[in-house]
Amino acid sequence: MRYRSVFDIIGPVMIGPSSSHTAGAVRIGQLARALFGRTPSRAVLHFYGSFAKTYRGHATDVAAVAGLLGLPMDDPRIPDAIELARAQDIVVEFVAEEAIPAHPNTLTIELTDARGSFRATGVSLGGGLVQITEVDGFSLKLSGDWPALLIFHRDAYGTIAAITQQLARAQVNINHMEVSRSDRGKTALMVIETDEKVEPEVVGQMEAQPNVYKIVTLNP
Amino acid sequence: MFKNMKDLVEQARERGLSLGDVMIAQEIEEHGQDPDAITARMAVQYQVMKQSARRGLEGVTSHSGMTGGDARLLDAYIQAGPALGDSLSLRAAHYAVSVNEVNAAMGVVCASPTAGSCGVLPGVLLAAQEQLGKTDDEMTHALFAAGAVGYVIANNAFVSGAQGGCQAEIGSAAAMAAAALTELAGGTPEQAAQAAAIALKNLLGLVCDPLAGLVEVPCIKRNAGGAAIAVTAAHMALAGIQSLVPPDEVIEAMYQIGLSLSPALRETAQGGLAATPTGREWKRLLWTPVPGQEE
Repeated sequence: MRYRSVFDIIGPVMIGPSSSHTAGAVRIGQLARALFGRTPSRAVLHFYGSFAKTYRGHATDVAAVAGLLGLPMDDPRIPDAIELARAQDIVVEFVAEEAIPAHPNTLTIELTDARGSFRATGVSLGGGLVQITEVDGFSLKLSGDWPALLIFHRDAYGTIAAITQQLARAQVNINHMEVSRSDRGKTALMVIETDEKVEPEVVGQMEAQPNVYKIVTLNP
Repeated sequence: MFKNMKDLVEQARERGLSLGDVMIAQEIEEHGQDPDAITARMAVQYQVMKQSARRGLEGVTSHSGMTGGDARLLDAYIQAGPALGDSLSLRAAHYAVSVNEVNAAMGVVCASPTAGSCGVLPGVLLAAQEQLGKTDDEMTHALFAAGAVGYVIANNAFVSGAQGGCQAEIGSAAAMAAAALTELAGGTPEQAAQAAAIALKNLLGLVCDPLAGLVEVPCIKRNAGGAAIAVTAAHMALAGIQSLVPPDEVIEAMYQIGLSLSPALRETAQGGLAATPTGREWKRLLWTPVPGQEE
């Protein structure tokens, strides 16, 4: 059963015109912002497939920027998101990409500020539901509906066991987990979705592990 | 837990419940929330529907400039004493247009089941509330009946035009609205399920061919048509008419038709109305040219 709640059917409450091309874009923008963890100074949005052709008419561009600003998908200020971004000195750029994506509604967002840069790709599945499919070159499947840890670590034995033991000690239940890596022995990304929020001190202890480079947390 | 229309109707009948009650029970079972919180959340969705309808009556225009203002025309037509007489169908179509015009104009709507089809259910329910003098609580309960039908369709077929054509969007919305209206008018769970089947049968095969791929033309007018079909289907079911093909088989037929639809007829603006000379002209005006991808 793909749809689990009556509110997936009677909902979401959203700004039109399209649950996939507008509400979904807000959600991808929100998630990119949450994963980046800060307000970017520059955002480049790459539209693929149906998004590339129709982003103006569906206001996919405006909606994604609204998400980057942290606006909820029913916020009446969404149509003014580009002006709002400008007022916050965020430079926004849109690119209609030629490449044919695996999913017709694909959006890649590059975010930059003085501390660094970040890239995330999301696909819009319809009804406002989305999936983050790529973060900084690593593939993943993240719905954003659950608390999640994105742990960038050295591709070395024992790292995954050490992390899951720490979660067990903190009495946090894992509901989904996946690992992908760039090259053998180099960097890997462990994505752990949990039923409960993971407390910052637990995340801090994980980050102290020698093989862990960086942890990005998502708390919806 | 119900997986199909047969389970849904049986559970309602065995426990002496409405379709809406069964949906609430399942929501509690799945998500562990208390019934009051679930009902309160649905009450908000109904208020959003009302607000969208009101907003559309003030007159809105979409960003593309393709749509807007038809709800006002219908309003004036009704106010003047409609040439063909007033009816529940006319009122339902009126509100459906109003809500879907607001969607096209980037206003606030409640997707039901999608944004493109978000006018059908409010259209039918708002008109029914006026006609039957129901309270907001009763209308909120009717949304759960609609939700139950949508839940079955979404999990056994699809509700997006990109996947299954317009039959999946307006067809699902009309089936949901027909079931809710039937229960609201005192029909049995079985009659509500029959109404859903009759409504969906009338929209089988409808393709998704919007101009320039935007949720405007013909979506807004199809919301009106979907609402009118839902009202007719409810009338038929309340009269005791049955669909010879059971509701679950109608849903399966919709799914199979959707799978066999050419991609040109699934929201890509390559076929149907989108491929007419007028459709092509709007596409030229509204689409962003993508390097290397000629139309």
